[in-house]
Amino acid sequence: MASDLRELYQEVILDHNKKPRNFREMEPFDRKVEGFNPLCGDRLTLFMKIEDGVIKDVTFQGSGCAISTASASMMTEALVGKTFEEAEQMFSEFHDLVTGDPTDEPKVGEHLDKLEIFAGIREFPARVKCATLCWHTAKAALEGGQKSVSTE
Amino acid sequence: MTAQSVRAASAMLDGGAFDVERYRADFPILTTQVRGKELVYLDNAASAQKPRQVIDAIAEFDRASYANIHRGVHHLSQVATKAYEGARDKVRAFMNAEQDREIIFVRGTTEAINLVASSYGRANLQAGDEILITHLEHHSNIVPWQILCQQTGAVLKVAPISDEGEIVMDEFKKLVGKKTKIVAVNHVSNALGTINPVDEIIALAHEVGAVALIDGAQSAPHLAIDVRALDADFYAFSSHKIFGPTGVGVLYGKAALLEAMPPYQGGGDMISYVTFEETRYNRIPYKFEAGTPNITGVVGMGAAIDYIQSVGLDAIGAYEHELLEYATERVGAVEGVRLVGTAAKKAGVLSFVIDGVHPHDVGTILDQAGIAIRAGHHCAQPVMDRFGIPATARASFAFYNTKAEIDALVDGIHQIRKVFG
Ligand SMILES: Cc1ncc(COP(=O)(O)O)c(C=O)c1O
Repeated sequence: MASDLRELYQEVILDHNKKPRNFREMEPFDRKVEGFNPLCGDRLTLFMKIEDGVIKDVTFQGSGCAISTASASMMTEALVGKTFEEAEQMFSEFHDLVTGDPTDEPKVGEHLDKLEIFAGIREFPARVKCATLCWHTAKAALEGGQKSVSTE
Repeated sequence: MTAQSVRAASAMLDGGAFDVERYRADFPILTTQVRGKELVYLDNAASAQKPRQVIDAIAEFDRASYANIHRGVHHLSQVATKAYEGARDKVRAFMNAEQDREIIFVRGTTEAINLVASSYGRANLQAGDEILITHLEHHSNIVPWQILCQQTGAVLKVAPISDEGEIVMDEFKKLVGKKTKIVAVNHVSNALGTINPVDEIIALAHEVGAVALIDGAQSAPHLAIDVRALDADFYAFSSHKIFGPTGVGVLYGKAALLEAMPPYQGGGDMISYVTFEETRYNRIPYKFEAGTPNITGVVGMGAAIDYIQSVGLDAIGAYEHELLEYATERVGAVEGVRLVGTAAKKAGVLSFVIDGVHPHDVGTILDQAGIAIRAGHHCAQPVMDRFGIPATARASFAFYNTKAEIDALVDGIHQIRKVFG
């Protein structure tokens, strides 16, 4: 396999695609937002439980490619226990990571931890939205007010 | 033998084989390297590549013959007008229409359908009337009718398709009735490649006095079109799918229908005179060509039609059939691959899904091997819903594709299965 591809489809990503974590509906929930990528038809629904400004639980449902499924799966794990502020920082660090210039060293923000493996997406600009769909959806959930978000 | 098939036959090698290498040499882009690999272009249903003959004709027209049309007394305007109207006659012959004035230049299939929906539709439909389409349509043959329904109170009816991706004709017949005013169906499905029985569909529409519009976006590159034999009322296609430039396409309409229809847009060229009290519209086709059209694009489309005619649609059809059969057999034989759309009659398209792998991942991995396919819903979400899938991977062919390219596709699919183990 070409090395760029191996960077993109790492074992961890393939594993989360095959066995997505927190892949279920939540009842009751505090927030529920749907995310769409109208270009490809990918959609996901994100559920959140919040207590005192801290994310207590996150789950998701939907259908998408390996990148979007793995990204959502890993995001749900990463967000649990985070404050709104921390989550907000993770969002912008993740965004910087996947949209960075592929010829530079990846910019790995301090909150990203395991999510660092998504750096490989920088080589695949057409796939950046697959990875960020869940994050845009989570951001909308934290901000409240919106029932659905779209990548376009 | 028709003149076309004589030319086609002369393009065959001694063994009767289609000389694909000879035609490939006409398409400069086919020698492009993608990610260090030779390009394998299997996204022809989205847009086809252009032969040197078209690229050169466009450049030559802009270099030596370009001016605005229909308005100048000067030399260049006359040369340009002649080229523009000459292309109209090429299109007429390409579709076997009777008269040049039945050929309207538009931006593409989408605009052609919108033109009929707005002009014919709003003038002729009333609340309770019905528009019949099928479950197999491209969004551009769905949404204009939905808009028309909102405006007039007409009702959209949708004929079902089978598990093979064929229109269920028994059900279709039941949906044709006294209230049916417009029947709009694609000739070839872009998502699945099904060739639909449009002759039968048009005859059914006419039995109840409805008009039939055929979306020919995907048939024009693969099949000989004969609007008179079909007795189509309207027939639309796009230049960019027949190896011509983007931004231009054709609406064929029977003269009597076009004459009775109100204009679609107002502006220059579509009038015969204008005062503030009264405006008289120009005759067809100009009544429907308001404003300065895509002059160079029309000339380029004319060159594309010349090119296709020189290869011959009979020869193209025979060669592509062989190619599609080969692809169907080889791709279909890979474990874990399911073909979507297995109609008895198909053209140009192989849609498939791979167990446990989303089509986008298929597209990305094939792209790394220089293979261009489309992954997505192909602007036909109802088709995807019908098969209970969000998307497919679609390889679509032109006569410049080869069996070796299909082998590369199959190798790529094996590679994907390995990655996703
Ligand atoms: C069956 C069909 N109809 C209509 C269209 C729309 O054509 P255009 O985008 O050129 O207007 C397409 C293009 O994909 C098509 O495949």
